[in-house]
Amino acid sequence: MAAESLERILGEHPFFGGMEEPYLQLFVDCASNVRFNAGEMIFREGEEANTFYLIRHGRVALETSAPQRGSVIIETLGEGSVLGWSWMVPPFRWRFDARAMEPIRAIALDGRCLRGRSEEDHDLGYELMKRCAQVMEQRLQAARLQLLDVYGGGVRSER
Amino acid sequence: MMVTLSDPMAPSPFRVRRVKKETYDTFTLEFDPANGANGFSFAPGQFNMVYVPGVGEVPISISGDPGQTQTLIHTVRSVGTVTEKICARGPGGVVGVRGPFGTSWPVEEAAGSDVVIVCGGIGLAPLRPALYYVMANREKYGRVVLLYGARTPEDLLYKDELPKWRGHFDLEVEVTVDSATDGWRGNVGVVTTLIPPARFDPESTVAMVCGPEVMMRFTLVELERRGVPAENTYISMERNMKCALGFCGHCQFGPTFVCKEGPVFRYDQVQPFFARREI
Amino acid sequence: MRKSSQSAEPAVLERDQLRWLLAALVNRGYRVLGPTVRDQAIVYDDLASLEDAPVGWADEQSGGTYRLKKRADKALFGYAHGPTSPKKFLHPSVVRLWRAEGGGNGFQMEEGPEEAAKLAFIGVRSCELHAIAVQDKVFLDGKYSDPVYKARRQDNFIVAVNCGHAGGTCFCVSMNTGPKATLGFDLALTEVLEATRHYFVAEVGSRLGGKVLDQVPHKAASGQEKAAAERIVAKTAGQMGRSMDTEGIKELLYRNYENPRWEDVAKRCLTCGNCTMVCPTCFCTTVEDITDLTGEHVERWRKLDSCFTMDFSYIHGGSVRSSPRARYRQWMTHKLATWIDQFGTSGCVGCGRCITWCPVGIDITEETGAIRDSEKEPTERRMPRGRRKS
Repeated sequence: MAAESLERILGEHPFFGGMEEPYLQLFVDCASNVRFNAGEMIFREGEEANTFYLIRHGRVALETSAPQRGSVIIETLGEGSVLGWSWMVPPFRWRFDARAMEPIRAIALDGRCLRGRSEEDHDLGYELMKRCAQVMEQRLQAARLQLLDVYGGGVRSER
Repeated sequence: MMVTLSDPMAPSPFRVRRVKKETYDTFTLEFDPANGANGFSFAPGQFNMVYVPGVGEVPISISGDPGQTQTLIHTVRSVGTVTEKICARGPGGVVGVRGPFGTSWPVEEAAGSDVVIVCGGIGLAPLRPALYYVMANREKYGRVVLLYGARTPEDLLYKDELPKWRGHFDLEVEVTVDSATDGWRGNVGVVTTLIPPARFDPESTVAMVCGPEVMMRFTLVELERRGVPAENTYISMERNMKCALGFCGHCQFGPTFVCKEGPVFRYDQVQPFFARREI
Repeated sequence: MRKSSQSAEPAVLERDQLRWLLAALVNRGYRVLGPTVRDQAIVYDDLASLEDAPVGWADEQSGGTYRLKKRADKALFGYAHGPTSPKKFLHPSVVRLWRAEGGGNGFQMEEGPEEAAKLAFIGVRSCELHAIAVQDKVFLDGKYSDPVYKARRQDNFIVAVNCGHAGGTCFCVSMNTGPKATLGFDLALTEVLEATRHYFVAEVGSRLGGKVLDQVPHKAASGQEKAAAERIVAKTAGQMGRSMDTEGIKELLYRNYENPRWEDVAKRCLTCGNCTMVCPTCFCTTVEDITDLTGEHVERWRKLDSCFTMDFSYIHGGSVRSSPRARYRQWMTHKLATWIDQFGTSGCVGCGRCITWCPVGIDITEETGAIRDSEKEPTERRMPRGRRKS
């Protein structure tokens, strides 16, 4: 795909909303199209986290392996989601497995490169950090709501 | 919408025709009137007071198709003495019914807009009549979206119907579970995560939300984030009810009686009270 | 609600003639209810004769305190009020709603609410008249009418009494509900005790009131007698020991759901619910479905309930209002604020019963005043910090 298409796709994605031109070009330079087959592992728990992904098509399962339970899906992320923020935060290692549940088309961004550039250009760093913080906040709130187990069940409670 | 009210004070007998087990504690019961009446009509979102003779009476949302008045359908979750007995009624068993009571989903007013239905757990039951109505009058609406979340795949209601709804070309259905079990290949995550990517026009949408209060609070935040105005968002509240007529005082929610001004409320009208604890 | 009839002039009845009023009502088939002394309190009950009335009794009331005290005279209505009100009979605390035969295989309604005799009340205070009007709005003016209240309220005959002195906890003047009876009565009496004479100035409030009065020996009241009655009422109005500032009270309470004063009152409130039992406007009820051992005879009963119980707001999993703070706040905010949005009037009639019968003497006027004060600058505050001792 031509570079200007990548630029359009990135520019239209909510994650990059409001990002100014010189930076947007930088991201385009750090971006590439990637595909994964259904069942393929995109990244594994413990590996170095140097890339993050904008999912364009398909669903990804965030999983962990629990004793006696095998693989447990924590959350699924679909079209339009940002996959991965551990690349931004030390120790820069993935905390979960990410598995393609179906064929995935995504844009991969070079997190290691962006980390380096952010150290040099703090304005860039701040823009990135703001956006990552938003993704983290949404994930955290969703996780908390999951923890609350609001639907309940199995408790006798009426009079 | 025309509705008829059986005697609001005294229950009328209704006989169970069929019982379907939805989940380990939730059952859908179909009733016929046992006193010779032709059927039962109601507006989507309304509820009945369902009576188990000698045991007690509880408010239960009507979960059937408002266009099919010959049968009365309730989806009941067994959470206490009365609901346990209702769920245990087999075909031929009789319960008492008073109703319908309360306000209804704005299905007529939503004509011309997109319709977004967000529900969690048993919250799909009071919204199913609205979905039936909208699908029966599909040409009047823009995009129609159903977002449904449950605890686990086993807790999903209407498991036979969900794929049928999903199969409609003019209905977007997304289902998610908080916690997956083996073999589940659908979405995992709370229902609020389905809102950002859903396809609807926030400036021309009527949103209808029902589920546990916490789930509704988080959902309302996401809808607001998408730009759906509070005046176009409707919720269904639940409170302790004894009379359903505005006399016993139990169902008060701020200045409103959930049995009279609710259970369906326009969100902006109850926003100050919804945010408060222990109201 | 009956309007004051201005056609008839006030009459005067001697004390000895009052029994003819009672007789006239009995002859017309009324069950006559009036004040009686029982268990060291003055309560509404069947009045067989005027000798059953609290002759020569007065009451001493303040926060958490109620005592009967012997008067020096033989006034019939020389007290303020007791723990009951006409609500005891119009909105009974236990009533059967219906009875049905059958059970899980089918049932048939047999009987609705019990029939009630027509009721006459003697000795009703202005605050109670307003309370009846408030409950009329709750039970008769909405989408549904309560058949139990409607049946008991129909054909009431009400003999009001203008209070001869302010009770220890009264604040009807600031609530615009007294002390003079101005609505909802058939006859209103003002008791006048002079050195050699004991009489009543009677105002007619309805055509029926006029007809009943015609069966009682009476004369037209003289200018002096009318003036004596007016003086008594004016004196009572000047004796109020408390007041409720109702200016913008609804918005005040709507703004103050999180005011720290609620924590303060929660430390004192026992959630005993006495206030809801004695309040003449509190109307909340619960329902009990019962059956006999065969399961073939079922009944539904209605009982008075209180928002102070944990059960009141219970839905699967727990009570919506589990803290005493939330429950006290609910009661007071409902009474003074949300009631206005619901029914167009305040729920409070300024009788002060809740203050008298609260075991710890919580004072609704003081709590409201404290919340109002908390919004003012410290230099403007009227209330001393902390709780005023009664």
